[in-house]
Order: sequence, then structure tokens, then C-alpha cells
Amino acid sequence: MRHELITDAVLVKNYMNGDENALSILIHRHKQKIYSFIYSKVFDRDITEDVFQDAFIKVIKNLKLGKYNEEGKFLPWVMRISHNLVIDHFRKNNRMPKFDNSGEFSIFSVLGDSSLNAEKRLIKDQVECDLRRLIEELPEDQKEVLIMRMYKDMSFKEISERTDVSINTALGRMRYALINLRKVIDKNNIILTN
Amino acid sequence: MAKLYSECPQKQNDLNPKEETVDFLLSYSKALSVIHCNNLKFEALQN
Repeated sequence: MRHELITDAVLVKNYMNGDENALSILIHRHKQKIYSFIYSKVFDRDITEDVFQDAFIKVIKNLKLGKYNEEGKFLPWVMRISHNLVIDHFRKNNRMPKFDNSGEFSIFSVLGDSSLNAEKRLIKDQVECDLRRLIEELPEDQKEVLIMRMYKDMSFKEISERTDVSINTALGRMRYALINLRKVIDKNNIILTN
Repeated sequence: MAKLYSECPQKQNDLNPKEETVDFLLSYSKALSVIHCNNLKFEALQN
């Protein structure tokens, strides 16, 4: 209550003369009005907090640099600074819209990092290594077709030309290669999933 | 008496900045000093 006796103008003057306590009184005296004013424009607690802080940083700088010369109009001055910062905030948001992730729609359900994490990469490497070892166990003709098809990405026409067999034979070898692989996998209970 | 199910608008009674924000501003003010030198003003922020 004692603080109310001292006018803003006096407090500002005292602060400019080095009385840090004067600023504390000014902030506590006007914080609710300024905060509400900002909140009424942005409707977001966090943004209000940021704008409030930025506004007072400007106030402090201007006062310390001796740029303030509107004696007796401290509150309207701070309000104007806050208002300008709110406008800046909306301008910035128009340029770079913010995604509000609080609603039903989650942006992360659309955006995803498709690359594997370290653990999954290790598992993938292990699976590929196991599969390579299983392929080595296949009969030579089947192994040859499977490697050409899956690892060298050749067409069955190219495979048939390379191995001097008909396309149907190449297809048949591929089929048996896969059947045999599945058999070995089932028999040994090997899990090849990531 | 019948219950009213209409939603009351949320009242923002405590529209005040966080205590930390105010503390930060007061600390910032204490740390900031302006150095006058040949008609030039320099801001210095002491940690």
C-alpha cells in the first residue's frame, strides 16, 4: 500500500537514477494489466509470457539508456511496446505458421522419420547377414537365380540368358529357392523380422 | 432442480506473469549496465 503513494513518474526517475527496487514496484503494480492486455490479444499463456518478458526487456533497456521521456505515462508507454510486440508476433507467425499439435490431428502422424534408429539398423544388418548365410545353404542353381534376382536386380529374361536356361526354369528355380529358404527358416525357428 | 450442462466459459482470474518471469526481469535489470563513453552508450550485461 505504501508503494501506491509513489507515482510512476517518480519511480521511473528513481529507477533511471539506479534504484532497482523502483522497477520491482513498477512491474508488480502494472503486471496484471499488461499481462491481461497481451493475453486478450494472443490467447496463449506461453506467448503472453514471452511477449510480457520482451516488453519489459525493452522497457529496461530504454530506461537505462535514458530514452524514456514520457513522464507520467509509464503504463500507456509499456502498453504500446507490448502492442507492437504482439503485432510482431502475429507477423512472424504469418510468415511461419505454427502447427498446433494439441488437437485431434497430429502432424507427427503425417510427418515421420523413415530412417531406422540405431537399434533397428543393427537388427536389419543382423537379419540380412542371417539371410545371406541361409542363401549359401541353397543348391547352387537356386542360389544363383535368387542372387541375380534379389541382389543384382536382374529380370528373369536376363537371368535365363545368363544361365542358359528357359525363363520358366529360372522362375521355377526361384520358386524352389524361396520354398527351401522358408523350410529352413521354419525348421530352425529363425526369426527374420525387424 | 435441473442441472445445467452448458459449459461455463473459463474464467482467467489469475492473469499474472509467472514469478520466474518477474524474477528474470529484475535480475536482467540488475545485470544490465550502460556505459557512457564520448557521447556513445554501450550496453553491458554482467553475468
